[in-house]
Amino acid sequence: MAQYNLNINGKTHQVDVDPNTPLLWVLRDHLDLVGTKFGCGIAQCGACTVHVEGNAIRSCSYPVSAIEDKKVVTIEGLSEKGDHPVQKAWLEHDVPQCGYCQSGQIMTAVSLLNQNSNPTDEEISQAMNGNICRCGTYTRIKAAIKTASKSI
Amino acid sequence: MTLIEKKLNRRSFLKVSALAGGGMMLSFSWLAGCKPTNEEILTMPDEWFEINSYIKIGENGAVTLFNPNPEFGQNVKTSLPMILAEELDIDWKKVFVEQADFYPDRFDRQFTGGSNSVRSSWKPLRTAGATARQLIINAASQTWNVPVEEITTSMGTVEHKSSGKKAGYGEMASLAGTLDAPDPETVNLKEIPDFKIIGKSKKNVDGNKIVTGKPLFALDHKVEGMKYASIVHPPAFGMKLKSFDKNSVTSLPGIQDAFELKIFKDDYGRNFFDTTTFPVIIAIVGNSTWEVLQAKKSLKVEWEKASDSTFPMAGRGGQNREIKVLGGLENSSTHKEKMAEYISKPGNIHRKDGDPETAFKQASRIIERTYSAPFLAHNTMEPMNAFADVKDDQAIIYAPTQAPELIRQTLSSSLGLPVENIQINLARMGGGFGRRAYSHHLTEAALISQKIKAPVKMVYTREDDMTAGVYRPTYSATYRAALDANNNLLGLHVKAGGIPESPLHANRFPAGAIDNYLAESWQIDSNITIGAFRAPRSNFIAGAEQSFLDELAEEMGKDPIEFRLELLKRAETNPVGERNDYDPKRYAGVLELVREKSNWSNVPSGIARGVSAYFCHNSYVAEVVDISIKNKQPVVESVFAAVDCGIVINPDAAANMGEGAIVDGIGNAFFGEMTFEDGVPTKSNFDKYRMIRHNEAPKKIEVHFVENNEAPTGLGEPLFPPIFAALGNSLYKATGKRLYEQPFQPQILQIENLNM
Repeated sequence: MAQYNLNINGKTHQVDVDPNTPLLWVLRDHLDLVGTKFGCGIAQCGACTVHVEGNAIRSCSYPVSAIEDKKVVTIEGLSEKGDHPVQKAWLEHDVPQCGYCQSGQIMTAVSLLNQNSNPTDEEISQAMNGNICRCGTYTRIKAAIKTASKSI
Repeated sequence: MTLIEKKLNRRSFLKVSALAGGGMMLSFSWLAGCKPTNEEILTMPDEWFEINSYIKIGENGAVTLFNPNPEFGQNVKTSLPMILAEELDIDWKKVFVEQADFYPDRFDRQFTGGSNSVRSSWKPLRTAGATARQLIINAASQTWNVPVEEITTSMGTVEHKSSGKKAGYGEMASLAGTLDAPDPETVNLKEIPDFKIIGKSKKNVDGNKIVTGKPLFALDHKVEGMKYASIVHPPAFGMKLKSFDKNSVTSLPGIQDAFELKIFKDDYGRNFFDTTTFPVIIAIVGNSTWEVLQAKKSLKVEWEKASDSTFPMAGRGGQNREIKVLGGLENSSTHKEKMAEYISKPGNIHRKDGDPETAFKQASRIIERTYSAPFLAHNTMEPMNAFADVKDDQAIIYAPTQAPELIRQTLSSSLGLPVENIQINLARMGGGFGRRAYSHHLTEAALISQKIKAPVKMVYTREDDMTAGVYRPTYSATYRAALDANNNLLGLHVKAGGIPESPLHANRFPAGAIDNYLAESWQIDSNITIGAFRAPRSNFIAGAEQSFLDELAEEMGKDPIEFRLELLKRAETNPVGERNDYDPKRYAGVLELVREKSNWSNVPSGIARGVSAYFCHNSYVAEVVDISIKNKQPVVESVFAAVDCGIVINPDAAANMGEGAIVDGIGNAFFGEMTFEDGVPTKSNFDKYRMIRHNEAPKKIEVHFVENNEAPTGLGEPLFPPIFAALGNSLYKATGKRLYEQPFQPQILQIENLNM
């Protein structure tokens, strides 16, 4: 066990966990930030996507010991009132079906738009390819990203 | 075809006073969901008055509507309350929606499956809304001392025009809540043209919570003192637990205990949904999910081969019957060989019209084709999990389940508690697709909680989830057509089977359109557990049938849509047999609509196009798929769907679900496959089990609904089955090769010079 001071969503959180514990389980079990989801545990589905220093990473495969003083943002910290342009676009297109993968989809989409504010269809597909949506909302996700890109 | 309307069950309209002030159900629901937002608090009434099981109204006019059915992404939590709101005649913007927990005394049918939620709730929910509205009117009549007939309602206000009296529903709610409910059979329902909410798209009521990451799922639930658990199950079908060393994990950090779980009592007569592959497993309990998952890897355990065994299944009249479970370690290669043997053997005849033997003898040409598809895993994004808090005399379970009704007897038996002391609360599900109609994960969590005497959250890893069975079966179908010298269709023969069930629907199209028709089935026993998977059986047989019809149309020199329409015309004007389970006119209607919407005969350059149509879950769907070939790989450019499911409650959400079914079907057609080696599922996570991803999804999907005033029918499943053949038929157009085996992708890779 080891103590970590984590900077998550702009606040410092102290946890005492095994250094190998993935960020995903620190968020979910220890900090009650459950918007980040468990899907596969091997960085194949994207349900657990969060931002570390602005980059989308798979928190199921990112040990807490690697975070150090890097800034982590989860779906809960993306915006204060749920009004990030990507969140608004998601609601406008009524994207979610079951909703389980969507926080991961949104975090990947935000990271894409931060790096490329006006992506082509192909760039969107490529960036989003690591996020599985079992309900098959891919066409709406693409439409929502295009809508969001207009207001970023 | 007419649908038989079930007589309304009156219990839904009765008040249950014990719950009126907010029983376990209501308080739990707020806890399980999330704290009300500031906006919600402002409009929260001081007191709620229960009008009936589905509706409560606050003194300030706020209205809470309960969604009775489990939500797994089909959006019933929005569409079912829309039906209530329509007949109650209120402003949708002022509605709170709450997920009802499992209360069989209050709600008729809390089950998600068979595309039946809207279809079976249509009349009861309209009636529940209308009786509640009538109670408000009756209360106003008493309060104002004016005749009931002179009172009107509009958007949550009640009015007596001639006296100028007007009030919000909230002002009448306390009195309305005490009045006797009118006879549900006598209340007036709205005329369809008067609908203000039904047929107008409404956003998902949980949309905001989803995009902001609020707790919504059972996996997000947590209570004080809760422990974490996971399970270890045998590595192969046909294997069972021999022994394990508890000490191999209990000394690890954070691990509290490990023990054997026996899911069923020996004498318990299981029901059809009590499917579980491994009735004896190991549970590991600890202080956090990660510590438990780590311990799973360290557990020293010995497995052994299981011999043939039996278990009791509840039969009619309370008599249990014995069900045999085969021993042995099965292989996909052996499955294929066995299935091939059945093609030439006689099957069980399910339907015979005319004289098919003579038709085939007289044929100048016989076309025979065999289609097959593998086992499929459901792979819901949220793995199986459940929260349980079991005490000496009661149990509370909060879990993702499609079928709470079907697990409560099991829970009662396994826990040794009466059913009335077991409360099942319904979590939003991270996908279902049929998998969560089988709810042994609830029993597992409950038994763990009972053993450790503490609340527990049990979760499967992806590997546990993917290798624990309840798969879509593997199927095969052989179609034969007899043609005369002028290419007239003399007869049709279908023989279909699978492991361990047959996909045959003997009375579906093209039965009814062919003079000489024979339908046979076969099945092969297996110890691999199977269960409902989006549009069970239809999800295979539609692809086989509609691929064969495409091939037949080509052999006969006909346009594939024209050919189907000719057959449907025959079924309409001069049907063969009396058991045809489809309406040929509505079937033809969707083909005509998709022909128009896809601009069928004008195929864009560089595009190959295929069509398919199917009827299931009382709905009709036709689909056209357009593909191009880029870098020797098919790319799905566009999909056009035409759907006749009667009245559409929430059109945009309905289109979303249709788009999802199309994507799901394309993914499974290209990639979906579970195989076995010596009983071991060969794929255990998404690195090996290929799921459709963003870049493989169609670039464009259009879902068009036939506009009519028919009562609503199924929607979650019907768009799924036809896509397999629409894709296969377009691939044939692009490549010149018919693909008979799913998944398609390995065969596509073998096609040389794949260019268009």
